[in-house]
Amino acid sequence: MNSSGSGQKAIEAPLMDIRNISLRFGGVVALEGVSFDIAEGEIRAIIGPNGAGKSSMLNVINGFYTPQLGEIWYEGRRRGSIKPHNIARQGIARTFQNIALFEGMSALDNILCGRVTLVRSGFWKQLLWWGPAEREETEHRERVEQIIDFLEIQAIRKTPVGQLPYGLQKRVELGRALAAEPKLLLLDEPMAGMNNEEKEDMCRFVLDVGDELGTTIVLIEHDMGVVMDLADRVVVMDHGELIADGVPQEIMNNQDVIDAYLGVAH
Amino acid sequence: MRRAFGLEAAQSTVQLFASMAAKILAPEGTRCEQNGRLGHDSRHWRVRHETNRPALSPPAAWRRRIAASIIADEGIPIVPNQPAADERTIPQLLARNARNFGDQVAYREKEFGIWQSWTWKEVAEEVEALALGLIELGIEEGDHVAIAGRNRPHLYWSFVAVQSVGGIPVPIYQEAVGEEIGYVLKHCEANYLIAGDQEQVDKVLEEQSVAALLRHVLYLDPRGLRKYDSSRLHAFKDIQAKGREVKTRRSGELERRRSALDGQTPCVMLYTSGTTGNPKGVVLTHHNIIWASRQSCAFDSLTNKESVLAYLPMAWVGDFIFSIGQGYWTGFCVNCPESSDTMLTDLREIGPTYFFAPPRVFEALLTNVMIRMEDAGRIKKRMFHHFMNHARKVGVDILSKRRVPVADRIKYTMGEWLVYGPLRNVLGMSKVRIGYTAGEAIGPEIFDFYRSLGVNLKQLYGQTEASVFITLQPDGEVFAETVGIPGPGVEMRIDEAGEIHYRSDGTFREYYKNPEATASTRDSEGWVATGDAGYFDQATGHLKIIDRAKDVGKTAAGALFAPKYVENRLKFHSDILEVVLFGNQREFCTAIVNIDLEAVSNWAERNSVTYGSYQELAGHPSVCERIRGFIEETNRAIAEDPQLAGCQVHRFLVLHKELDADDGELTRTKKVRRNIVEDKYHDLVTALYSDNKSIETSTEVTYEDGRKGTIRANIPIHDAKVHTAAHNGSGGPRP
Repeated sequence: MNSSGSGQKAIEAPLMDIRNISLRFGGVVALEGVSFDIAEGEIRAIIGPNGAGKSSMLNVINGFYTPQLGEIWYEGRRRGSIKPHNIARQGIARTFQNIALFEGMSALDNILCGRVTLVRSGFWKQLLWWGPAEREETEHRERVEQIIDFLEIQAIRKTPVGQLPYGLQKRVELGRALAAEPKLLLLDEPMAGMNNEEKEDMCRFVLDVGDELGTTIVLIEHDMGVVMDLADRVVVMDHGELIADGVPQEIMNNQDVIDAYLGVAH
Repeated sequence: MRRAFGLEAAQSTVQLFASMAAKILAPEGTRCEQNGRLGHDSRHWRVRHETNRPALSPPAAWRRRIAASIIADEGIPIVPNQPAADERTIPQLLARNARNFGDQVAYREKEFGIWQSWTWKEVAEEVEALALGLIELGIEEGDHVAIAGRNRPHLYWSFVAVQSVGGIPVPIYQEAVGEEIGYVLKHCEANYLIAGDQEQVDKVLEEQSVAALLRHVLYLDPRGLRKYDSSRLHAFKDIQAKGREVKTRRSGELERRRSALDGQTPCVMLYTSGTTGNPKGVVLTHHNIIWASRQSCAFDSLTNKESVLAYLPMAWVGDFIFSIGQGYWTGFCVNCPESSDTMLTDLREIGPTYFFAPPRVFEALLTNVMIRMEDAGRIKKRMFHHFMNHARKVGVDILSKRRVPVADRIKYTMGEWLVYGPLRNVLGMSKVRIGYTAGEAIGPEIFDFYRSLGVNLKQLYGQTEASVFITLQPDGEVFAETVGIPGPGVEMRIDEAGEIHYRSDGTFREYYKNPEATASTRDSEGWVATGDAGYFDQATGHLKIIDRAKDVGKTAAGALFAPKYVENRLKFHSDILEVVLFGNQREFCTAIVNIDLEAVSNWAERNSVTYGSYQELAGHPSVCERIRGFIEETNRAIAEDPQLAGCQVHRFLVLHKELDADDGELTRTKKVRRNIVEDKYHDLVTALYSDNKSIETSTEVTYEDGRKGTIRANIPIHDAKVHTAAHNGSGGPRP
């Protein structure tokens, strides 16, 4: 347990260190001995063919799955088995491959939901909505408005998200994840199903999140162009195993990666 | 004695009540005492306007108005030519406003979901801080400063800050592409750029030659700009902070520069869009801007209690006059929307009292309402249509304060409660006291729709070179087809060719670095050629714009031929997409019509008209019949105007293919290339001027992938009924 001097440690030690993770569902091996680290402030991409174990990896990181073997070190501390809502309190937020928003609620309310773990006043105080509770809500709303401004979705602030086009729903979902003020943001295929223009917008937002808010981002994405442009470092997985780890340039020239993607004659 | 006293007492009581009533009924009147000269002017004018204005007796009123525009007539409001010595430049007006009503809100901007506001006092401080910061950066008097971005208070302050330090602001269209910006910046040798965000900064810096020219770039929104070369890139806020820091050291210099300004100093330089050739930089002086603002504010009795929404491009002269000229002159509040997408929501939230929009905005709003009404419940729909029909009947008359039967008034009041009021609210026009539209012809139906709802929508005619105002429509004399009477202090004349000329104090100083163009536009006596053809309507004395001067011709009979005017009128019908009118040097006018596929197919569907292709639909007898109806209706309207009666369409055909830019028939901006159409379809044009009932033709078309093909068609030619001119027109029915 090494909790002292975290400011200094953050530079030396990674934000998250994933050591030798293995995850099995019955006889199915989802992950096998995967190790990599996530440095503070970087954009870390996880890529790989379908069924490579990318989403499982993300679910292990956010505590939804508990691996049978291996350790996860987060902010210099070893993390034991943990409930997902406690993960959120530790500063990890995510978006989903399939959009998971509250369709009947407005974009604003959806994003406001992201702040649930940061609400301090209790149920009764909020019911009375007086004094501190009211001030607190104003505070939260201010933060949410900054996110709305950041993502340029002012025009849909009050629109029920069910009525929004796909690209904008994705943006609202990113907004909700950001509302939790995460240290580590997990994005599961944020650009899937988008047209080029929407993709470009989304890329800019992802980059800006890293630049402006200093959030560390882990990103799963299929679009190689996007990954190579955005990511600082890339992890490549295939059949539940890690086959390469490095900066985009190295990854592009790595023979194992090429084989995994294009297939290889046996 | 006692009786006399009683009488006196009674009189004084009456006077007391009268003055109380006056205070209640004319709030502007009470305000003006607090607000100084301007309020006084506006009240003064309003009273005269109501009592002394001569009734409309056609030619006399017309003549008088033209005369009035030269010499102040008691019916026309003319404010003295020179304002007070401390109201001659925009920075002086800012100081005056901060002094006279410093705590009143000057700017609002919606940010983070809330309307943030700045009072005049705060604005004066912000502007001063920026001005000092600019001096510290090394800005020289006479430097040009480019300003690019969406409408934001900070950018509006930049204009005034730049003026304060003796610079000349040059606003740039936000959507302009790199080359256009490059041309403008190089032409005016701008050394400084104040940009809204990264997009604008990027666009300018990408143009290498321009980037080399720029000494410093200021930006408002720091997002995405952290990694840029910071030696000449500065945050707006940092420069202001710098300015505040050096205040004691630099304020003497700022004061010196401010007092060096006078009415003849350039106030702003605006580049005209330039349909032909490169854009020209129009230099407008402080006197131009303030003069135009004063006259127009007096004309419409604008006060510092107005509220406007600033959403039109800042590089457009209209926005400069409304948001800065008139805003600073009266001291009213300018509201900036949150983003361009939220304009309609923001419009509703602000509820401006003074509103400007080009016709397409009004069109879009109307279409929006109509579509939503189609989806409404039966009762609502019936109520809407019932009361809208009533409004169409009497609404315009009620707004224009004409005589309307009492029963109709009562019904209109009911409609006001049930339909008109709520509808105006949805449109964000509940509080609009004066609305203006300009820029292009507005469809009479759209125009009357808003007026019948009780929105006082008016038209004006203007130009960048005139500091906007040439003609305006006074309250109570608003017509869809004309653009109003000469603005106060504007002289006008129509030359032999029909081209409109004007002369006023608002007339621009010069085209920057382009003396030839200046000389060819403005003669030695100060008359400026507008390039538009028009004439003063005999009955009302209002100006009617018919076309660009170079397109206007004469028919063989010597009648005026104004193709654009007729084409525009026909295109107000949604079924007609495009019309090309022929008739220059010919016996009578004919037209080739293009149907609007979307609108006509929609109509066909509802009326069980079956068709297999565009060609079949265009040639369908019932479609042609429908078009004939529109044309005859338009003919009837045109015939009412003796000058234009010769432009009635005698024969027409509906073209079997859509005019297309790929075939060279339209420009890329969808404007008809008249000569090419005439050339390409010369067989059709010949047939239009023969007695044939139909014509066999084949046309070459280019498909989108570049392949060519031919389509053959047998096109029927139709006759349309024409009318004798109302008075002594030259067009008559064809024998």
